[in-house]
Amino acid sequence: MSHNPVQSFHPRVHEAIHNPQIRANFRKAMDGLMDKRLAAFPSDDDLQKMRDLAASIRLRALAKLPELLEKLEANLTAQGIQVHWAENGDQACKIILEICQRHNAKSVIKGKSMVSEEMELNHYLAEHGIDALESDLGEYIVQLADETPSHIIMPAIHKNTDQISDLMHEKTGTNKSRDVEYLTAEARQQLRERFEKADVGVSGVNFAVAETGTLCLVENEGNGRLTTTVPPVHIAVTGIEKVVENLEDVAPLLSLLTRSATGQHITTYFNMISSPRKEGELDGPDEVHLVLVDSGRSNIYQDDELLDTLRCIRCGACMNHCPVYTRIGGHAYGYTYPGPIGKILMPHMVGLEDAKDLPSASTLCGACGEVCPVRIPIPKLLVRLREESVAGDKQHDNSMVRGRGSKRNTTETLIWKGWAKMHKHGGLYRIGTGAATVFKGLMPNKIGAWTNCRTAPKLAASTLHEQVKARQLAQAKVQKEQQKSEGEA
Amino acid sequence: MSQARNAILGRLRHRRDGALTAPTSDFSVVSNKQWSDEEKIDLFQQKIESVHAEVHRVTQDNWLETLKTLVQAKGLSDLLVPQKAAVGQAIRADWSETLPELRSYDQPVTEWKAELFSGIDGAVTDVRAAIAETGSLVLWPDQDQPRLMSLVPPIHFAILDAHQLKNTFYEVIVSEGWASAGMPTNALLISGPSKTADIEQTLAYGVHGPKELIVLIRQ
Ligand code: SF4
Repeated sequence: MSHNPVQSFHPRVHEAIHNPQIRANFRKAMDGLMDKRLAAFPSDDDLQKMRDLAASIRLRALAKLPELLEKLEANLTAQGIQVHWAENGDQACKIILEICQRHNAKSVIKGKSMVSEEMELNHYLAEHGIDALESDLGEYIVQLADETPSHIIMPAIHKNTDQISDLMHEKTGTNKSRDVEYLTAEARQQLRERFEKADVGVSGVNFAVAETGTLCLVENEGNGRLTTTVPPVHIAVTGIEKVVENLEDVAPLLSLLTRSATGQHITTYFNMISSPRKEGELDGPDEVHLVLVDSGRSNIYQDDELLDTLRCIRCGACMNHCPVYTRIGGHAYGYTYPGPIGKILMPHMVGLEDAKDLPSASTLCGACGEVCPVRIPIPKLLVRLREESVAGDKQHDNSMVRGRGSKRNTTETLIWKGWAKMHKHGGLYRIGTGAATVFKGLMPNKIGAWTNCRTAPKLAASTLHEQVKARQLAQAKVQKEQQKSEGEA
Repeated sequence: MSQARNAILGRLRHRRDGALTAPTSDFSVVSNKQWSDEEKIDLFQQKIESVHAEVHRVTQDNWLETLKTLVQAKGLSDLLVPQKAAVGQAIRADWSETLPELRSYDQPVTEWKAELFSGIDGAVTDVRAAIAETGSLVLWPDQDQPRLMSLVPPIHFAILDAHQLKNTFYEVIVSEGWASAGMPTNALLISGPSKTADIEQTLAYGVHGPKELIVLIRQ
């Protein structure tokens, strides 16, 4: 599983925040994407109804998930597509390698697939002497730079034109140029040659339709169509949650996906694949495979609240609107999926031991939940994972979150236990607050990370209880004096 | 790996928090979108032009002349044309030597991959339907008009009859009974020429597929 050790999270954030180039590249891109999304939904009423519909479609698919997966498998198999199941990324890599080896494949061409990133497929294939080349332009750039995607929809969004021009010049010998058309045309030529030669095409899947046994791919470039059509073997890889029940479910999901992601009313291509090449057909792969990957998803599935994570259709809108993502970019998170969706998904994939900082890397401003096309309550899930990361008491004690409690620390636990006890017992509370007021001078000016960019809070000269009491006494005194003067009159 | 299969399905079936109830879905927000025939043509044209496609409104009588003018203006030297589809037959029946050479996709791709990839300037296909709401063409490639025909040559000419226009993708799926009829090897929606914005959000066309998409709407 691809990730950087968690100790590096804070230094990475620090580095990213102080890198003006990253700040500028992301700010510009995210501002543009937010405007485009807004323009793509002229009627808020329609948008809200669409979100209700999309959420119901995804929830319905999840409610019937085991049956739908079996139905998908049965239909695909009947139509000639071979289905494989993998518990984790390693198993999925092995399955793909075996298929490649059976065909003596040396060269693999890839369409965009976040699941293949999740399982580090390229790396695994390279170790076994197979060259896997990314063909989505953004992924191609990222691969040339030996990096990982910094955004799930726009992998090379962290680079500007000059940086890409330099990179292509250095790695592929193109001229240095700020002309995007020229750079794109050069990449087209370089990749076309590879498409012609590739033995196997590997792609992701956006929706897998159980009813008809259909794999749907959303894209603009046409590299997805080439990947799934030109090589003699096509292997699609996807998470088990990507299944939908009926073909008609796809229409509203597609419409929300593209509009939420980039503000496009639809992408250039929507590619629906239901079988390998049939007799008499002149192109298309002779063999098509689907690899269904679990990697922690069935574990998320166990929990009524966490289940919502699996509704995601990977549009990326939550990261485009996230004030944290916009400032630190995708790489600082250190995991395959950055931004809000990464914060609620990665802890399940790698465990909270590693990913414990992710749920806290949020202001809980709520923007992600507001734009999510399938209404995932992301802030609520972040709070839940924060609780899980310090859990150890009764709350969620049958939770199955990997690495729960790994952020728990004794001092903090004791403080909060004391706090809880104090608030349950009036006497203790008064003694405690009284003592705090008396000794307020001893309060340190620096309290951990809190005071790195804030001033320490100061305790008042007297507690609220004392102030109220004093006020009551004063009022009583006034009343008494009034009565007295009335009596005298 | 049936072991993995059984383990995964087993976990999904025996949910810790118990069985889930499936909500129903209200499709009215997509099913109630309807435009008149005229509006559909206008909307289709506006949407597909907004993503850089070129549209020509023609008639059943003059479409071939328009096509001829276009292929000459674009300076094509050859043109891939279907053999069986009516569009292809009409073109073949009324073509002249001075126009680009007509080619056929009549052998498996492996037999002429190199030529298809670099030696063909343009291709003509018909379409199965089109979608007004999003400006999309619906194609079901087959033996006569294979999958790569609308993808590999740099210019794609699509011939659409106005009556083929539907309101929405949802309507296409439901009214044509796609789910019950069974899906073809490959079904496609095409909305504009191939494009990318992967270099600093700057749009560039023809990154992998056609650089130009030209639609002739026959009214
Ligand atoms: S969580 Fe919602 S907004 Fe974020 S990528 Fe998934 S579907 Fe899109």
